[in-house]
Amino acid sequence: MNSRTLELVVGLFVAAGFAALFMMAMTVSNLASYGNGGGYEIKAQFDNIGGLKVRSPVAASGVRIGRVTAIDYDQSRYEALVTMLIEPQYNKFPSDTSASILTSGLLGEQYVGLEPGAEEDYLKSGSSIEITQSALVLEQIIGQFLYSKADDKK
Amino acid sequence: MLLARIEQLGRTALAGIQRLGRGNVFLLQILVGSVGLLRRPGLLVRQLYSVGVQTLIIIIVAGLFVGMVMSLQSYYALVDFGAEDSVSVMVVLSLLRELGPVVTALLFAGRAGSALTAELGLMKATEQLSGMEMMAVNPIERVVAPRFLAGVISMPLLAAIFSAVGVIGAYLVAVELLGLDSGAFWSQAQAKVDLIQDLGNGMIKALVFGFVVAWIAVFEGYDCIPTSEGLGQATTRTVVHSSLAILGLDFVLTALMFGK
Amino acid sequence: MSNSLVKIRDLRFSRGTRVIFDGIDMDIPRKGVTAIMGPSGTGKTTLLKLIGGQLQPDSGSIEVDGQNVQRLKTSQLYALRKRMGMLFQSGALLTDLSVFENVAYPLREHTRLSAAMIRQLVLLKLNAVGLRGAAELMPAELSGGMARRVAMARAIALDPMMIMYDEPFTGQDPISMGVLVELIKNFNAALSVCSVVVSHDVEETMSIADYVYIISAGKVVEHGSTEAMQCSDSAWTRQFIDGLADGPVPFHYPAAPLYQDLFTGSN
Repeated sequence: MNSRTLELVVGLFVAAGFAALFMMAMTVSNLASYGNGGGYEIKAQFDNIGGLKVRSPVAASGVRIGRVTAIDYDQSRYEALVTMLIEPQYNKFPSDTSASILTSGLLGEQYVGLEPGAEEDYLKSGSSIEITQSALVLEQIIGQFLYSKADDKK
Repeated sequence: MLLARIEQLGRTALAGIQRLGRGNVFLLQILVGSVGLLRRPGLLVRQLYSVGVQTLIIIIVAGLFVGMVMSLQSYYALVDFGAEDSVSVMVVLSLLRELGPVVTALLFAGRAGSALTAELGLMKATEQLSGMEMMAVNPIERVVAPRFLAGVISMPLLAAIFSAVGVIGAYLVAVELLGLDSGAFWSQAQAKVDLIQDLGNGMIKALVFGFVVAWIAVFEGYDCIPTSEGLGQATTRTVVHSSLAILGLDFVLTALMFGK
Repeated sequence: MSNSLVKIRDLRFSRGTRVIFDGIDMDIPRKGVTAIMGPSGTGKTTLLKLIGGQLQPDSGSIEVDGQNVQRLKTSQLYALRKRMGMLFQSGALLTDLSVFENVAYPLREHTRLSAAMIRQLVLLKLNAVGLRGAAELMPAELSGGMARRVAMARAIALDPMMIMYDEPFTGQDPISMGVLVELIKNFNAALSVCSVVVSHDVEETMSIADYVYIISAGKVVEHGSTEAMQCSDSAWTRQFIDGLADGPVPFHYPAAPLYQDLFTGSN
């Protein structure tokens, strides 16, 4: 085999390798969520975040609009502090928007759901969401259920 | 009798440690020799052909079938829970994190690694390496380094191709054969597969495996006893040691990367 | 500067527990053919590798052209090796290069000659060994004798000051043997170099050698000019040169007396 064809074939091989990487990055990975890092950050505090994780989705009406970027524990208020990055085109959320931690399906992953309010001004970078609802923790629900049953019997 | 056994054991252990040291010195020589290779990219291209391109067919075929089988098996396991839409997540994660790098590396050791050892061993047996030395040409720089580097470069590329073909195979079975929804197939994977954590770490694994397999292969070839028997033993050792190293390292790397 | 190109003093070398050289002194002159002969397995090839600096002796010194081979840095050793040609037993041609490229290899590695210049030089060297027509063949297509001739062309490509031949006649048919004998003789005369021939083919080697060393069991048994060796009266030399079955080197491998083995029954 002469060196021209050799170089050509090897070039094709290397190109195929990178094409494979590119294809996987585009089709089966969350490349889109890395985006250009644009958007604005908002914060929300929850009593209990359940199984929420960094990079969990943030959705409004079931449409994905951002992701969780950080989860901290606020020792002054004894609550979880969740930081979310919202994509820049979704910039018209009223400032009294509420956030709740929801579960997709019965056993699915947890995500933050935003429910728009009615204020005139919008959430902007650095704003905090005041109205939040924690994740449902199964043990607590069962506990409450049993407790209420016990009450009924009296 | 017992004393002789212990003596034998000690000798074997010493020989093993000496060999390990020799292997490390050899690696250092290769790395130094690789610098000189920058001026001769032609040598590297030739080796990329025989190490990478010639391994491509087996990688593609294996990747396709592994993807298809994975798809079928996980479908049957998940359909009982009504979670058959997660087939893609299961297949893609397994391929990117484990099967892509590991199976590619095992096949690579069997196909390219053994060939490298045999080729170098044959060059040693026919005095070609000695001949180069006497022509004032450093065989480590001119013969070993291009083969080693070609192995290191080829492995991640081959692993990427293996995984990509595997994903296509999984898609064919899941969507075309089992009738899952094509959109769900891709979106489920996109929701759960992380670019850096999964694809990136898988490629790092592949790079490490390529490094180790190429190192073992060229060392066994260069260090072999230059007879037909010694050559056969060296080739076998390449495949056995590479495979064990791949599986052992895979555990360590997995623990480092995915264990929190 | 003395008249000898290679000076070996009290050379000792062993592989594991096996002693190969046990104090060898040797002087190889700058001109002419020096033969080093001895039975198989006496380490003649090892001696060439020691001279070329591929192996390190346990003790003793080897000087080539006034430089102590063992003390040289890698770059100096490589510079010295460019002035040495070596013909390996198998030819040691690079199997993935054509005959032409094999001969061109040292030129491409060590000179900055133009492609046209290299082509001319290579064809001249190949012509000298009578294989100009085989330039485009691959080494696998050559017979053993032809491979050695190509290797000779390669060994003289850089016009070295000495050429070492490792068993050049082994396993050759009479015709290629004759060709090789002629070539070594002619090269030595035409290039006026130092030729070192390591061999155990007595007749062919003696026919071209000017000076002969005979080594056995790690020692130089005898040395002298070819004429002197022809009529040497040392029993060992006579046995080797005349090819006698029994003599100082016994026909029987050391063993217990025959009757003992035969009549003491099985153990």
